[in-house]
Amino acid sequence: MSSTVTSGGEKVQRGKVRAGRPSAVWALPAVLFFTFFAVVPMALAFYLSFTKWDGLGDPKPVGLANWQKLLDDPRLTQSLGITVLLTVASWVFQTVVALLLGVWAAGPQRNRAVLSAIFFVPFLLSSTAISILFYALLDPNFGIIQKDTLGSTSGAFLAIVFVGGWQFIPFHTLIYQGGARQIPEVLYQAAAIDGAGRYRQFFSITLPQLRHTITTSTVLLVVGSLTYFETVLILTKGGPGTDTAILPYLMYEAGFKTYDFGYASAIASTLVLAATGLSLILIRLTGFGGMRSTREGM
Amino acid sequence: MSHDTLPRPTTTDKRPERPRPDGRRRRRHWTRRANPLAGLGSIVWLVIVLVPIYAMLSASLTGPDKALTGNPLKPPTDPTLDNYNTVLNSGFWHLLSNTVIVAVTVVGIVLGLCVPLAYVAVRTRTRWSGAAFRLFLLGVAIPAQAVVVPLYLLIAKLDLYDSLLAVILPTAAFAMPVSVLVLTGTLRDISEDLYEAMALDGASPVRMLFQLTIPLAKGGISTVVIYAALQAWNGFLFPLIFTQSDEPRVLTLGLFNFVSQYGVNIPALLASVVLSGVPIFAVYLVARRALIGGLMGVGGK
Repeated sequence: MSSTVTSGGEKVQRGKVRAGRPSAVWALPAVLFFTFFAVVPMALAFYLSFTKWDGLGDPKPVGLANWQKLLDDPRLTQSLGITVLLTVASWVFQTVVALLLGVWAAGPQRNRAVLSAIFFVPFLLSSTAISILFYALLDPNFGIIQKDTLGSTSGAFLAIVFVGGWQFIPFHTLIYQGGARQIPEVLYQAAAIDGAGRYRQFFSITLPQLRHTITTSTVLLVVGSLTYFETVLILTKGGPGTDTAILPYLMYEAGFKTYDFGYASAIASTLVLAATGLSLILIRLTGFGGMRSTREGM
Repeated sequence: MSHDTLPRPTTTDKRPERPRPDGRRRRRHWTRRANPLAGLGSIVWLVIVLVPIYAMLSASLTGPDKALTGNPLKPPTDPTLDNYNTVLNSGFWHLLSNTVIVAVTVVGIVLGLCVPLAYVAVRTRTRWSGAAFRLFLLGVAIPAQAVVVPLYLLIAKLDLYDSLLAVILPTAAFAMPVSVLVLTGTLRDISEDLYEAMALDGASPVRMLFQLTIPLAKGGISTVVIYAALQAWNGFLFPLIFTQSDEPRVLTLGLFNFVSQYGVNIPALLASVVLSGVPIFAVYLVARRALIGGLMGVGGK
C-alpha cells in the first residue's frame, strides 16, 4: 500500500481485502467436532489412568496405583520393544520395496501401468480381510507352508511384518510413483551428459529429490504401524505367549478382556505420549507446520 | 491426472504435446533402456501379490468336505459355489449396507467440516486459524487405539452405544487430521491473484469457496473422499468396541465373527473375504484413474 493514501483511504483498502476473506468462525465446527471426539478423550484417558473403573458405574480415583502397576509390569517393556521393532522392520521392508517399485513404475511403458494396477489390489481389502486371508494361508494343516509359522516367535513377528507390507506397500508405491514423476527431466539429461550411469543417477538425483516424499511416506507409515492391531488380534492374539503383544493390543486386553479400564488408560496414555512426541519430532523435521506451499523447492 | 487443473510450476517440456488418449502426460524418460534387474524385481512382487489372491479364490471354491486336506495352491477338482451361498445367507447384505452407510456419512462429515477449515486456514492468517490448523497437525499422530477407552465412556454417556452413530462419529473425527493436511496442501497452490480478481468483482467468501476454491481443489477433495471412505471401510476397532448387536454390525466385524463361526471351515471363511472385497474392487474397476491419481497426490509433492 502506498504511503500517500490517507487514513480514510487505507480503511477502504483494508476493508476490501478483508471482504474477500472468510471469518475464522468457519473453522469452528471442525475444531469443536475434533476436540470433542479426539482431544477431550485424550485428556480423559489421562484422568482415567488415575482411577479404577470396570466399565460400569463411575470411575473411582486411586491415585498412582495404575502407573505403579504399569512400571512393575514386565509386559510393558517387552511390549514397547516389540512395538518399536515392528515399526522399524515395517519401515525398512515397506520403504525399500515401495521406493524401488514406485520409481520403476513411474516409467512410461504400458506394461508398467498394467502391473501398477495389479499391484494396487491388496490395498483394496480391509486389514481384517487380509489378516483372515493370511490366517488361513498360514494354517499349519490347510495353508501354503505346512509348518506352524505363527506358533514360533520369529515366525509370528515376520508374518505380521509381511502381512502389513503386503497390504500397505501398494499405497506407498503409489506415493513414490507420484513423487518420481515430478522429478524434472533435465536433471537426468544433465547427468547423462556428464556420463553418470543409471545407479549413480538413482543415488545422486532420484533419492535426494524424493526426500520430501520419503518423509511423507514415513510419517504415514509410523503412525499407521499402530493399526497393526487388527493383524495382531487376528493372526497371533499377541502370541506365542506375549511375544507379539504390541502396546494397543496390551491396552485392548487390559480394558476389554479383563475390564480394568484404569490400567488400560495408563497404557493408552503411554501410547499418546509416545505418539505425540514422535509427531512433534516429525513435524519439526519435515516442516509440515510451515504455512508454505508444498510445491516449493521443486 | 487430477492435478492438471491446478496452476503448476513450469515443467521442463518445451514443446506442448497433444494429450494421449489415456490422459497421461507423455514424457521421455531416463530409464528408456531396459533395466533387467528392476523388471525382475517387479515380476517377483507380482508373484507375491498374486499367489495369496489365487490361493484365496481357489480355496473358496473348494467343497466343505475337502476343507481340511486341500493345499490351497492346487486348483479345486470340482469347484462349487456352496461357500458363497453360505456366506450370502448369513446376513452379508445387511453388513454391506451398514458399511456403505458408515462410509458415505463419514465422507460427508469430513468434507463438510474440513473444507471450510482448510479454506480459512489458507485464506486468513490470523492467530486463531493458525492455532486451528496446528490442532489438526498434532492430531495426525493420535492413534485411535489410545483413546478408545475414554471414547467408550463418552459414547455410553451420550447414549450412542451399539448404534451406527457410535461408529460414524469417532471414525470421522480420526479421518480429519490427514484430510486437513491434504486439503490445505491443495488450497495453498491456488493463486492469490484469482482471489483478488474475484474480490474486485465484489464476490463474497462463500461465493469464492464454491466458484473458485472447490472447483480448483478437485484433486485434493477426491483424495480426501477416497481416504475417508477407505478409513470407514477398513474400520475395525470402533465397531468392535462400540457395537454389540447384529443391527449396527459392519462388514469388518462380520468377517471377524465369521472366524469363530466358521473357524474350521476355512473355504467358507475365504469366500467371505472374497465377497467383502468385491464391492470395493468394483469401484476400483470403474474409478481406477481417480482413485490412483488422488492417492498419488499425497506424496507427489
